Amino acid sequence: MEGIDGSGKTTQLALLAKWLKAGGHPVFMTEWNSSALVKAATKTGKKKNALTPMTFSLLHATDFADRLLYHIIPPLKAGMIVLADRYTYTAFARDVARGVDRRWVRELYSFAVKPDLAVYFRVPIDVSVDRLLARRLKLKFYEAGLDMGWSPNAVESFRIFQGKVLDEYDRLIDEYGLSVVNAVGSITDQQRVFRRLVSQHMEIEHHDELVDESA
Amino acid sequence: MTSSSTNRPEEPLAEGGGPGHYYSYAIPYLPIGNYPGKLIAIEGTDGVGRSTQIALLREWLEVQGYGVIETGWTRSELMSPTIDLAKSSNTLNKLTFVLLYATDFADRLEKEIIPALKAGFIVLSDRYIFTALARAGVRGVDRAWIRNLYGFAIAPHLVFYLKIDERTLIRRVLQSRGMDYWESGMDMKLGDDIYESFRAYQRALLKEYTPMADEFNFRVLDARRKVEVIQDELRRQIAAFLAESDAPSPLAAIGRPDV
Repeated sequence: MEGIDGSGKTTQLALLAKWLKAGGHPVFMTEWNSSALVKAATKTGKKKNALTPMTFSLLHATDFADRLLYHIIPPLKAGMIVLADRYTYTAFARDVARGVDRRWVRELYSFAVKPDLAVYFRVPIDVSVDRLLARRLKLKFYEAGLDMGWSPNAVESFRIFQGKVLDEYDRLIDEYGLSVVNAVGSITDQQRVFRRLVSQHMEIEHHDELVDESA
Repeated sequence: MTSSSTNRPEEPLAEGGGPGHYYSYAIPYLPIGNYPGKLIAIEGTDGVGRSTQIALLREWLEVQGYGVIETGWTRSELMSPTIDLAKSSNTLNKLTFVLLYATDFADRLEKEIIPALKAGFIVLSDRYIFTALARAGVRGVDRAWIRNLYGFAIAPHLVFYLKIDERTLIRRVLQSRGMDYWESGMDMKLGDDIYESFRAYQRALLKEYTPMADEFNFRVLDARRKVEVIQDELRRQIAAFLAESDAPSPLAAIGRPDV
């Protein structure tokens, strides 16, 4: 699951998980930048605003490696459906928007498992800003890209930063074959599209299994 | 923000921009000019006397009027606590191990090494990326991947590799501070016997360094010799190198006509 802040992807993912579980599928959820190992450093770095684009990028890669080995590969081996709230594409979009080399960051994540399905919730910046501002008034320092010095105004900085992130995501759609969901429609409409994408994919998988068994 | 579409050569790490420049993947927002500073790395396993040699070199350089800054491995303010925490709880797997060290290095590169080079300091690095490449290599991390990862490192002007044999190394480490979990490669599960594990690990490390000598133009010094003998050799080579650049005072004045 990919998309900028305020694209509504977390809501969509939670609804998808409900549906999969109700259908009897074992589900495992994992979230970007959530490993205990890296939290301390990220927290210190963020508090002191001491992170550079490179150390920011590497810390996220460390977090990802930790989760890949403990929270992604084992459930996959156990035959579960792993739902990842953000995946490597987030790094490709955000880190490059922050000024990290595009090819370097792709090389960096070359140890990642290629997802069976990658869905990108695409949303215009205005919608994303409105959604975020409606929820909480203050944008966080790094989330708003204030570390980059593009603008002292948090909302303005956020717009500039997310604009760059969106440009990077647009490249990724073709490069990695992301499935795009228009994230402007109603929650239910989006979820319908999302579920159709997932079920199409699972039917294909199911079909393959049947073929394998009959062979 | 500079465009990242430029300055991205295809060459492997060791054939990149040359001393004082990025190996292969430039940090786009930190373009490197022809900075006046020099980066000198002292590489080698445990027990080769790196820190002693660096302390002596520093003194010698400062007497001549050079500004000197030292940097080490895993000493950044950002990462030290996390690396200590991870080591003490033994929860590190090889990939996170490699990436934590790379984060630490990036922090020091951007905040210490590059600014010092820009300001004209001589940066003495106690270990450099080669330590990371060797440790990752023995742990089975893909060699091409780790070299790409460190592609943003600055190639040192000089790399001295203090070489030692396995026997001497083991005795020196035991004499000085004993073995610890990580330096014994216990995470690699080579066996329960810490001594055997330590020996196997150090042997593998030494083997990993050997081909790097050519790959990264190491100047190999025999570290079994006396401290003063090694120091003399280091000074001779560094003086020769600095003589080509502009020295603050003539080197001959301190009694080294042999350069």
